[in-house]
Amino acid sequence: MSETNGHVGRRMRRKEDPPLIEGRGNYVDDIQPGGTLHAAFVRSTEAHATIASIDTSAAAARPGIEAVFTGADLDLEAGLPLAWVPPGVEVTAPVHWPLAKDAVKHVGDPVAVVIGRDRYAVVDAAEDVLVDYDPLPAVVDPEKALEGAPFVHDDLGTNKVHEWSLGGDVETALANADVVVERRFINHRTAGAPIEPRGVIADYRTGELTVTSSTQVPHFLKLFLALQLGMTEDRVRVIAPDVGGGFGSKLQIYGEEILLAWASRKLSRPVKWIETRSENMAVSHHGRDQVAYVKIGAKQDGTFTGLHVKIIADFGAYMMLLTPLIPSLGAFVMTGCYRWEAVRTDITGVMTNKMATDAIRGAGRPEATHYIEVMIDQLAHELGMDRLEIRRKNFIPAEDFPAETAIGMVYDSGNYQGTLAKLLEHFDPEAERGRTADGKLRGVGFSTWTEICGLAPSRVTGPSGLGVQAGLMESALVRVHVTGAVSVYTGTSPHGQGLETAFAQIVADRMGIDPEQVEVMHGDTSQGPWGLDTYGSRSLAVGGEAIARATAKVVEKAKAIAAHKLEAAVEDIQLADGKFGVAGSPGSGLTLAEIAGFAYIPEDNLPEGLEPGLEDLAFYDPENFVFPFGAHAAVVEIDPETGKIDLVRYLAVDDCGPAINPNLIDGQIHGGIVHAVGQALFEHMAYDEDGQLATGSFVSYALPSAAELPSFETDRTETPSPVNSLGVKGVGEAGTIAASAAVTNAVIDALRPVGVDFINMPLSPMRVWEAMQEKGGVTA
Amino acid sequence: MIPAAFDYVAPESLDAALDALREGGEDAKVLAGGHSLLPLMKLRLAAPTLLVDLRRVPGLTGIESNGAVRIGAMTRHHDVATGGIGLASMAAATIADQQVRNRGTIGGTLAHGDPASDLPAVLLALEGSVVARGGSGEREIAAADLFLDYLTTSLAEGEIITEVRLPSPDGWGAGYAKFNRRVEDWAMVAVCAAVRKAADGSCEDVRIGLTNMGGRPLRATAAEQALRGRGLDAAAIAAAAEQAAEGTDPPADLNASEDYKRHLARVLCRRALEEAVAAA
Repeated sequence: MSETNGHVGRRMRRKEDPPLIEGRGNYVDDIQPGGTLHAAFVRSTEAHATIASIDTSAAAARPGIEAVFTGADLDLEAGLPLAWVPPGVEVTAPVHWPLAKDAVKHVGDPVAVVIGRDRYAVVDAAEDVLVDYDPLPAVVDPEKALEGAPFVHDDLGTNKVHEWSLGGDVETALANADVVVERRFINHRTAGAPIEPRGVIADYRTGELTVTSSTQVPHFLKLFLALQLGMTEDRVRVIAPDVGGGFGSKLQIYGEEILLAWASRKLSRPVKWIETRSENMAVSHHGRDQVAYVKIGAKQDGTFTGLHVKIIADFGAYMMLLTPLIPSLGAFVMTGCYRWEAVRTDITGVMTNKMATDAIRGAGRPEATHYIEVMIDQLAHELGMDRLEIRRKNFIPAEDFPAETAIGMVYDSGNYQGTLAKLLEHFDPEAERGRTADGKLRGVGFSTWTEICGLAPSRVTGPSGLGVQAGLMESALVRVHVTGAVSVYTGTSPHGQGLETAFAQIVADRMGIDPEQVEVMHGDTSQGPWGLDTYGSRSLAVGGEAIARATAKVVEKAKAIAAHKLEAAVEDIQLADGKFGVAGSPGSGLTLAEIAGFAYIPEDNLPEGLEPGLEDLAFYDPENFVFPFGAHAAVVEIDPETGKIDLVRYLAVDDCGPAINPNLIDGQIHGGIVHAVGQALFEHMAYDEDGQLATGSFVSYALPSAAELPSFETDRTETPSPVNSLGVKGVGEAGTIAASAAVTNAVIDALRPVGVDFINMPLSPMRVWEAMQEKGGVTA
Repeated sequence: MIPAAFDYVAPESLDAALDALREGGEDAKVLAGGHSLLPLMKLRLAAPTLLVDLRRVPGLTGIESNGAVRIGAMTRHHDVATGGIGLASMAAATIADQQVRNRGTIGGTLAHGDPASDLPAVLLALEGSVVARGGSGEREIAAADLFLDYLTTSLAEGEIITEVRLPSPDGWGAGYAKFNRRVEDWAMVAVCAAVRKAADGSCEDVRIGLTNMGGRPLRATAAEQALRGRGLDAAAIAAAAEQAAEGTDPPADLNASEDYKRHLARVLCRRALEEAVAAA
């Protein structure tokens, strides 16, 4: 570890928060360039239909309306991007235009955009656009969709998108088992539901385009705007201002972003669109939505042999940026924390007349953990074994790391026995189980999980590897100003995580300054080097490491200057108490500000041959992913009369390497758990059999609030990763990847005494009640 | 919020409000808190041309309880919840969240006539009434005559609820059992109950109201009849509660089938009765 002065590891408060909580944030909707026009979309009310006609004349004639565009007006050369082109895998993808041409494929599919001088006027006018639909049969059930017609896209002649497999000879492994358990899972569709819906301002003038968007991926967006509009990248600037959460739903190149840029160029005026909550529910991409047939096999003594997961992934109507890749991310860690003879994941992607799915917090890994951890409980019950004992028996031992898994991934570091042992220091599971005095059914569930994050080593995920058309490296520029203040430009795009604070702590320690003196700049592609944005729990493990490396280069130069001024050997210069000085001579050193002064006023202040200035740049392409892990437990209490589940305790011991800031870890873990508890107990993005969205608002889409949740009990262990110099792993998705299995296992544990031994999410009161009814009902 | 265009007035007298409502015609709506109306306007499911806000009209707030209870129509849910008037207070305390209770009013929710709202079934069960003023003067409408169907009341065009009347809670025990997935949600089903004990401890009278079990709030008359005049032991309560869903045809949704709602009504009825009997 390099020299530090103690900011790393501190529970420092988030330095980015004061403006946000004082109402001084700067979100897209706070920005209004002069002459801005506003846009409103006309969206399909049909799940699947041919557009017989669109009459825009009444809308166009309304006062203040500048333009009404339909799909027929679009002169873009290519449809919206799918950035996953896997070598050797055939992916069937429809052309996806920002405005539907000829036919609509899901409720919310945009058919026209109305642009005018006033936000109210465009919404009024949008109601005057008359669309005549000829309805077609809607494809809603993904398994039926694979059987044949009707097709979402007739010209494709199939609803199947692709087949993709990862793993080995699981048939033999299962044949070697004494016991095989098989279950069918429905891992239902959910939403990202950020507190700030999307918003876009596109401003094209004199050949230059500036797009301000509530996005997680300003750099990706810059690239794709250039490609879609036939511009060169130097003419395109993207700004992600304050962004009110994304949870993956803003890791996307949305049609609205491309369309507004196109319209701004057509109209020579800035064009602005703010997504309504109703639009956000219907047309910001959804997540999950898999049917999985899972088989797990073990010897009579509990030794795992094989795990076979066949996934039917419902991708919705279009392939968006990474849609068909998402279930594959789960396949990488389908081995969980365990040793196996063989594990295989077989994925079949399918189109339906629904909104597209894509990355939502965890993206494929929450589903994987759910299958693994629920199946282990099912298997333990079948074998009559303790569910923790069977886990302990099959954990990859701590001394085996780095450990190659049954599918050939190399887990960087781990101590699964350690997190589980620490979890059990916090509670006694047996004391939490059984009937309560007032007749409630209590159960305890566990999830000992791992995941893959830190996207990504380009050789693994890049064009010749997994097929993502980007090298997911990261950049940092560290600039020391003349007076010793520091600006850090990161290519990541923080949007609520607290990364400005974490990054400042890392830099401050290495330069002997206060984190308040470090300003972290992000989200503007005209500043700093090319970056690869924020998603996949990558910003610290990849972006933070890039910053550490850039900082190390600057520190090396600072030491050279200090050595020159102090007439010492550079290898004798050490940072102590905020000064670069000669080891063993306290008080003799120079502060960063003093060194910066010399760096920018060279005279004879610099050693021979050293350039003036004090800043440097690093690009970092990781050698491997990082694999955080942990042990979670849920305690639930079920009302046997109504089926209502009360989550009464939730305990989590997580390991994401050495903490940069425990507050930020707690925040990510808490939020992540809520996201998964939401899926397990409350949230369900539901379409009816006609493809109509049944959960289009927060009235019907039941995001849990603090009132529905206990105070989480969290703790950590710290097992450093050898992959980066900070030893850190991502934590933004950890809670979400862990928690749905713990909750579901707890519910099954509570329900076993009344005969229910398996149940699928969402665990709504009615579903639990119906499951109990099937077993003959329960008396209170 | 981007609603359709509308005009807005906030008259300073009831007569001026009635005049404004009359002049606004059939597309004028009363704004009495707005926590049901404004979301509908936001979604453009409602597009009134004129809102007549009652917030400045004097004399429409406050609770008087000299025996019978009189509640001004613009009394906020929070004030009803904390007003110590039995079942109405218990139900009002469960409405949505504190922000909604600070804005929403009892007159507003009754005039809206949403069968999933808490207070309509309470008014019905307690055999309360509302006082309404219109062009042709003032009239009292019994709860049984007020709620006609989903979001439909017998208020005439241009009529404004000015007061809500409830019988004295003295001598009654009250119970309220509401079932929802999240505390701020509308009731999936709720049951309100009021029980008066005779000197011998038997059931002298009982009232049971059902929320969200039909297009309008309902009385569980079969359950009431099963208990009236009987002993109030656990078995009698449970037997009566078994009839809570008699004759109901509840609307199903994604999270609650008709069967599940009828089941909930029976369970909640027993719980509400147990609470009411314990307090009687």
